[in-house]
Amino acid sequence: MMVLEKRAAPSRWWSIGAPLLALGMAVVLGALLFAVLGHAPSRALYVYFVEPLTSAWSLEELAVKATPLMLIGAGLALAYRANVWNIGAEGQLIMGAIAGSAIPILLPGWNDALAMLAMLLLGAAGGAAYAAIPAWLKNRFNTNEILTSLMLVYVAGLFLDWLVRGPWRDPMGFNFPKSVAFDGWHVLPTLTGRVHLGFVLALLAVLILWVIVHHMRAGLAVRVQGIAPRAARFGGFSAPSITLGVMLFSGALAGLAGIGEVAGAIGHLQPSISPGYGFAAIIVAVLGRLSPIGVVFAAFLLALTYLGGEAAQLALNMPAKVAQAFQGLLLFLILAAEVLVHYRIRWRGRAHGAARARQGGGA
Amino acid sequence: MKHDMKLALAAVLGIGVLAAGVADSAAQAEEKLKVGFIYVGPIGDHGWSYQHDQGRLAIEKALGEKVQTSYLEKVPEGADAERALERLARSGHKLIFATSFGYMDSVIKVAKRYPDVKFEHATGYKRAKNVSIYSARFYEGRYIIGKIAAKMSKKGMAGYIASFPIPEVVRGINSFMLGAQSVNPDFKIKVVWVNSWYDPGKEADAAKVLIAQGADILTQHTDSAAPMQVAQEKGILAFGQASDMIKFGPKAQLTAVIDDWAPYYVQRAKDVLDGKWQSQDTWGGLASGMVKMAPYTNMPDDVKKMAQETEEAIRSGKLHPFTGPIYDQDGKLRAKEGEALSDKVLLGMNWYVKGIDDKLPK
Repeated sequence: MMVLEKRAAPSRWWSIGAPLLALGMAVVLGALLFAVLGHAPSRALYVYFVEPLTSAWSLEELAVKATPLMLIGAGLALAYRANVWNIGAEGQLIMGAIAGSAIPILLPGWNDALAMLAMLLLGAAGGAAYAAIPAWLKNRFNTNEILTSLMLVYVAGLFLDWLVRGPWRDPMGFNFPKSVAFDGWHVLPTLTGRVHLGFVLALLAVLILWVIVHHMRAGLAVRVQGIAPRAARFGGFSAPSITLGVMLFSGALAGLAGIGEVAGAIGHLQPSISPGYGFAAIIVAVLGRLSPIGVVFAAFLLALTYLGGEAAQLALNMPAKVAQAFQGLLLFLILAAEVLVHYRIRWRGRAHGAARARQGGGA
Repeated sequence: MKHDMKLALAAVLGIGVLAAGVADSAAQAEEKLKVGFIYVGPIGDHGWSYQHDQGRLAIEKALGEKVQTSYLEKVPEGADAERALERLARSGHKLIFATSFGYMDSVIKVAKRYPDVKFEHATGYKRAKNVSIYSARFYEGRYIIGKIAAKMSKKGMAGYIASFPIPEVVRGINSFMLGAQSVNPDFKIKVVWVNSWYDPGKEADAAKVLIAQGADILTQHTDSAAPMQVAQEKGILAFGQASDMIKFGPKAQLTAVIDDWAPYYVQRAKDVLDGKWQSQDTWGGLASGMVKMAPYTNMPDDVKKMAQETEEAIRSGKLHPFTGPIYDQDGKLRAKEGEALSDKVLLGMNWYVKGIDDKLPK
């Protein structure tokens, strides 16, 4: 029988080997899946993984898609390090988008660089304020932030829906649910193609995460709180302020992602502004092992699976569901392989005695 | 040594795999007109996106070797739509159909970057030199089913499952009500907004709520067949939406308002092939065949006869569903006796006709 045995320290070898093994398995299983469904496996895998990387345009689009994932993922990584499970980034994204859009919609005349700065600040503030609700509830009433932050997602979605159908509707838009189109300084400047300022902010966010984690006392507080809450208390770190701090940080970045999508990629407010970036970013944070550089890689990998899936639909007439199933398979394998970093596999029977001897020796 | 061989073999295999991919994509046809589609739902929704995909297949069937079609399904109405459209344009598609309202601004943006590609946008209102818009007068069919509902409902009350309060949907509710009132002036409608175009779970829940509130006939302006299945289970009557849903409700379906995009799509593809394509605004109804009625089933002959006569009157132009006198909920006269509402008023419609027991979400 196979058993898992915890390693004393994470394996350095497997920390690189595990994702590669997962990728290899995904390629084999994916090829099998595609072959069974009648698509040439080599072509499908090429279109999925390689083609999106072969033109400047699709590299730009990769960056556009990775931008919100990176922003939100960086925030969630810090929260999860402290064992604070913010699942409601999607709602914080929406609230940030709403807060930031207040300027082009309510003050259309104010159209200069300062207005854009104000939009970004309001976006971050909106997301942070919305994330403060589950943080406060947790600190005050010890409620479970997983539930409260998740439920607030739906509240935010309906609030946005109400706004664009009602008070914030474009008066010239035939009653269709959509705000006025943003223009001038209300649209984020682009660097190349559709890559907008938000991408720079995302890289900046990752840098800030790195500084916090590796060079600040706050980073240490978060880590200790996550690993051993009691030790954190003895160390003089306040659990409620850590909870509030990481929620505000992750909420602000989600809000920034929201206003970035609206003012960068879409150009107006509408009932649905995100195809679930707030939820996808949870995968990004975990896939990136909650590390700054990991978040960057994970965001690009996830973006690649979206673009690859779309390319496969077009080039091979592959149904969207097959592309999605393959995306799920890949992510599942990568997360599953992570177990090898922290555990080793033993075959009970042959190694039984040895394992027991070692355990006995340790006791 | 043996190890190195294996490595080399693996490398060669890898290169082979990649090269095969490249060669494959280069070998694709160059002469054909490539026609691309983006759909908001899956093509298996048996409603809106399914009908558009039927139109795509009709192009292939009618023009055969001269065309090649492709599609992207479940494209969200946001930042992703622009990429999907651009992907189609970049990969050589010269005629692109964007089949949902929410794609409007993305279509305009991408069309600007690709002036030699023709775009067709369904149900929107923004046009450009290379962007046509098209929609169907579904309200004509809804007037007919309103009349049928008033004849067939024992309780004089229909349940209406609505998606979003945009003019197209409000127009449909009004037309249904005017049809019903022409038979039974006291007819009642209960409306449930599900805030989605396609959500079988929510649509089924809405159907159950409406039945519990006393509706014995269901109609919907959402895209799944779930309400029809609920009607079939509960033994009540219903109307299909977008496509013929008789297989989901053999005992329940009275008829269905079918969107038939095929003739329009084939014509537009032909226009591009002949170099005759021009930007235009099309709003087709029963007369042009863009709206069709499924066979009238599960109803007595006199109701069937009434339905057929109404259909014929609308088709021939003798009857306009929005002919006055029409009063709105506040009692304001919107169309004088014998006068029909203009297309402009219909396109921006955001008020209910008198007698509808619901408040429009403002």
